[in-house]
Amino acid sequence: MIKLITPISSKDIETLVVGEKVLFTGTIYTARDQAHLRLIDEPNPAFNLEGSVIYYVGPSPKKDGFAIGASGPTSSYRMDKLSPPLMERGLKVMIGKGDRSEEFRKEMIKNKAVYLIATGGAGALLSSKIKKCDLIMYEDLGAEAVYKLEVEEFPCFVAYDIYGNSIFDRS
Amino acid sequence: MNEIKEGEYMRNIDVTEVTKVVKDSVIKINHTLSNSLVSLIKKAKENESKEISKSILDDILNNQEIAKEGNIPLCQDTGMVVVYLEIGREVILSGNIYDAINEGVRQGYQEGYLRKSVVDHPFKRSNTKDNTPAVIHTTITEGSKIKMKIASKGGGSENMSKVTMLTPTEGIEGVKKLVLDTIKYAGGKPCPPIIVGIGIGGNLEKSAIIAKESLLRDLNDEASDPIINKLEKDLYKEINKLDIGPMGVGGDTTCLAVKVNYYPMHIAALPVAINIQCHSARHTEVII
Repeated sequence: MIKLITPISSKDIETLVVGEKVLFTGTIYTARDQAHLRLIDEPNPAFNLEGSVIYYVGPSPKKDGFAIGASGPTSSYRMDKLSPPLMERGLKVMIGKGDRSEEFRKEMIKNKAVYLIATGGAGALLSSKIKKCDLIMYEDLGAEAVYKLEVEEFPCFVAYDIYGNSIFDRS
Repeated sequence: MNEIKEGEYMRNIDVTEVTKVVKDSVIKINHTLSNSLVSLIKKAKENESKEISKSILDDILNNQEIAKEGNIPLCQDTGMVVVYLEIGREVILSGNIYDAINEGVRQGYQEGYLRKSVVDHPFKRSNTKDNTPAVIHTTITEGSKIKMKIASKGGGSENMSKVTMLTPTEGIEGVKKLVLDTIKYAGGKPCPPIIVGIGIGGNLEKSAIIAKESLLRDLNDEASDPIINKLEKDLYKEINKLDIGPMGVGGDTTCLAVKVNYYPMHIAALPVAINIQCHSARHTEVII
C-alpha cells in the first residue's frame, strides 16, 4: 500500500504499479463528460492542472452534517477521448471505474500519468473519506460541475501503470 | 366498495396513496440493499480466491452498512425509476396514476437527497431537476389491487445492456454465446459482481421489457421451465469462469445471479435482450 499527498509528481507516478492500493490525501477535483468538454477549451481553469488528480464522480446531494453526498466513481471510458488534452497540460492522476481504450492507454503512458479505480457502487463508503467539498467551476452542470474535494486516505487501486500493465488484462 | 352491477364490485383507490408509496419506496431502496443480496455478496466473498477481489467485495459490504446506518444513498447514481405497474380491473382510480407515480419520484428524490439523473432531450440534455419522468410499464390484471415493482436503475450497467435479434436456428448455444460475449465486452464497466437479466422471445421491445422484469424477481427464485432453469444455471457457472471479477480486477465473482424470462415469438425470430444490473440492485415490490 502506498500513501500519496497531492499534487502528484512524475516521481510519484513511477512508484505506482498495477494492483497496488493507493491512499490519496490532499486536494482532488471532480469532472465528468460535460466538465471535460469545457475544461479542454478553458484557458484559465480555477485550479492548477499541473500534478492534479481528477476524480470521475457526480455526487448525490449532501445532507446537513455531511461534507458531501454519496461519491462513488463513474465509468471512465466516456472520458477516453477527452483526457489527453488535459494530460498534456499536467493532469497526472485519473480516478474512475472500468476498462478504457488502447488509445487512452498510449496517451497516458506518453504523458507519464496514471489511471486508478475506486470501488464502484461504494458511494457511501467513499464519501466518508471526503472531508470538504467546494464548487469551483460550472455551477450550471449541477452534479457534473467541478468540485474541489479535500480527501483523507481516499482508497484506490492502480489500474493502468506507466509500464504498460493493466489490471484488466488476463494473461 | 361501490357496487356497480350485480355480482361485480369496484374498489376506489386514491392516487395520492400511490404517490406516497412510490416516494417511500425510492428512498428506501436507495439506502438499503435486500437481505438476500447481502447474503449472496457475503457468500461470494467467502468463496473468492483472489485477494484484491475479496477486498472489493468487502468494500461493497461495508458500503451498505454505512449507507443503512447514515441513511445516505448506497451509490451516487441513484438511477432512473422504472415501474412495472399492475392494475386490477376492479380498481377505480381517483386521478391520473402516471402523474401520481411521477409525483412520488419527484418528492422521494428531493426529500431523500437522491441525485437527479434524468435529462429531457437526447442532445440538449437539460436536467429535469426532479428525476422525472419514470419509465412505466402497465398491465391490467384480475382483482382489486395495484401492484408496483419499483426499481432505481443506474446508468453504468444499463449502458452495457443490449437487444439482439438472433435467428431461430442459432438456438440455445447462440443465446449463450451472445450473453457471454456481451458480459466479456462489458468487463468491469457495469460494476460487477452483476446480476444478469435475460429476456428471450416476444419481439424487439418485449424482450427488453421481460429482461428488465427478470431482474426484479427474487434472487433465490429459479425458473420453473426445466430448459430455462438449466440455462440460468449453466450461464451462472460460465459467466463466473470469465475471470472478470469484482470491478473487473479478476477473480471468481463476476455474477451473483442469472435470471431468464421468456415469451412466445414469431416463427422467424429469436429476440434476446440482456439487461445488466450492477451489484447495487435497488428494487422493491409493493401492493396497494
